[in-house]
Amino acid sequence: MKYRLIGVALIVLALGLSSHAFATPSNLLNVLRQASLIFLSASGLTLVIVGAGLDLSVGANLGLSACFAAAAIKATGTLSSGFAAGVACGIAVGLLNGLMVTKLRVPPFIATYGMLWMLYGVNYWYMKGDTIYGFPPDFRALGSGDLLGVPIPVYLMTIGLLAGGIFTRYTTYGHEVYAIGANAEAARLSGIPVGSRLILLYTLSGAMAGLAGVIYLARLNSAEAGIGSPLLLPAIAAVLIGGTSLFGGSGGLAGTLIGAIILTLVLNGMNLLGINSNWQPLVTGVIILIAALIDSVTRRHAELHA
Amino acid sequence: MASLARVPGVAFLLVALGIVFSIFAHGFATLSNLLNIGIQSSTLLLLALPMTFIIMTEGLDLSMGAVLGLTGVILASVLVAGNSLIAAFGAALGVGLAFGIANGLFVVKLGLPPFVTTLGTLGIAQGMALVLTGGESVAGIGPALPKLYASKWAGIPFSILVALSMYAVFHFLLYYTRFGNYVFAIGGNREALVLAGVPAGVFHVSVYALAGLMAGFAALLLTGRMNSGHPTAAMGMEFDAIAAVIVGGTERQRGNGWLPGTVLGVLAVGVLRNGLNVMALPSSLQVASIGLLLIAALLIDSIRRIKP
Repeated sequence: MKYRLIGVALIVLALGLSSHAFATPSNLLNVLRQASLIFLSASGLTLVIVGAGLDLSVGANLGLSACFAAAAIKATGTLSSGFAAGVACGIAVGLLNGLMVTKLRVPPFIATYGMLWMLYGVNYWYMKGDTIYGFPPDFRALGSGDLLGVPIPVYLMTIGLLAGGIFTRYTTYGHEVYAIGANAEAARLSGIPVGSRLILLYTLSGAMAGLAGVIYLARLNSAEAGIGSPLLLPAIAAVLIGGTSLFGGSGGLAGTLIGAIILTLVLNGMNLLGINSNWQPLVTGVIILIAALIDSVTRRHAELHA
Repeated sequence: MASLARVPGVAFLLVALGIVFSIFAHGFATLSNLLNIGIQSSTLLLLALPMTFIIMTEGLDLSMGAVLGLTGVILASVLVAGNSLIAAFGAALGVGLAFGIANGLFVVKLGLPPFVTTLGTLGIAQGMALVLTGGESVAGIGPALPKLYASKWAGIPFSILVALSMYAVFHFLLYYTRFGNYVFAIGGNREALVLAGVPAGVFHVSVYALAGLMAGFAALLLTGRMNSGHPTAAMGMEFDAIAAVIVGGTERQRGNGWLPGTVLGVLAVGVLRNGLNVMALPSSLQVASIGLLLIAALLIDSIRRIKP
């Protein structure tokens, strides 16, 4: 964690020196706003990975939830219906993922990767190439508004971080997640209902993706079928940079928050330095590989010295 | 029933799909359409063959679609620059191979989980394709490739001929060479192989290298078919390939691979896409239906395993 905070400081310093537009309050708040969206979409995913699972469908789930939320708001005119539609869609998808992984014993990455493409398919079919745009100001405030000078998504991120922290540190459920991730068989033998815990984790990941979808919609003020596709790689990258191990059993939400901030700083910096956004998937891919490499090396190091 | 149980599920599936579409999809069961399915499936087969090896070795390659997109763009760009088809094809093969070797080294030598490695290289390949093209199609590739693609040898379209010969090569590799034995063994018990003094790592990296090479090879067919290169043309095609391999009966555990099953799986995916297309279902729902096909196959598989 110490190294990651130093990393943040170094990136901030480098960007502050190389771009005048970087160290302005509005840009820094913008970075936080962007990071909080990545954090929300990656928070449930973090817990799934802690439990030694994987959810590759978060981006697609976020996109479909955002589109359903948009359609619900347009159809009913009430914001709560949009909220409910988005989160319900997210939960349903997460539950399906959990059932596939636990009941059908499909490897998580195949199940959730299949889910990714199914959700894309459903979304493109549902939207028929349309864009739904123009939402009431009080809904848009959720994504682009401020409260006491701080972006509202940042408050949501803080709530998510605190709730997740309490869940992982102070509840039996939370401890069981780490136990399952470290050794599922041992966890089962010590009486933890592994299957139902995993279903809960995937459902939680889906719910957070759905919630992030609603916030993302409020931020963009428009929804089209491809809305979630650029968000999978950043979510995975944030989790990995944050130090949650892909092998399960270690890591947490605070790391993912830092990971989301680091990633956003890099992408924001590229933007300010005038680098074409086409470079973003490439850079994110490289970051994922480096982070995974560090994860693997630390793990081997830990095993050698265990 | 005992003999029926030995028939792979994918064969039933293929027959069932064929019957359903012959009845409900007007224009499905014509010779030209069936030939069309073969042509459309040939690119997918080139990805699914090495994907079978990778899945047998308990791995995964999510980058194949993106690498195919990138090599397609490179192939087209080299042609547009006025070079020969051989040079362009060589460039595509080289880039594909480089990605494959990188994937293999990351997975085998550095011990990274395959899905995260190939997710990373997916991002890199996709990003490179976007940066190279600015997101635009690469058109004006000249007459050489379209002419080759449209050619027929003994009445067989070029792409089907390529797919058939590549199947022969992979069949030979898997069932008649030491490399093939090791592919089975790496998935079955890699530790034993290493203890027996076999350089399992080299063979394991080769499996990924082969996948990258074939993605570059498939660029020839994809670019020939589309008459241009497009950075996102093959996005998600690795999912079709994974679905085809698993529907075809290759298991992720114990090195249980079955190459003829992969051909049937590719045909099942091809028939499903084509049939839904003939029924004028939007392509978005075709993608969703392949996801359903995969889940159905896995469901049948788990039921069969529970009930011996």
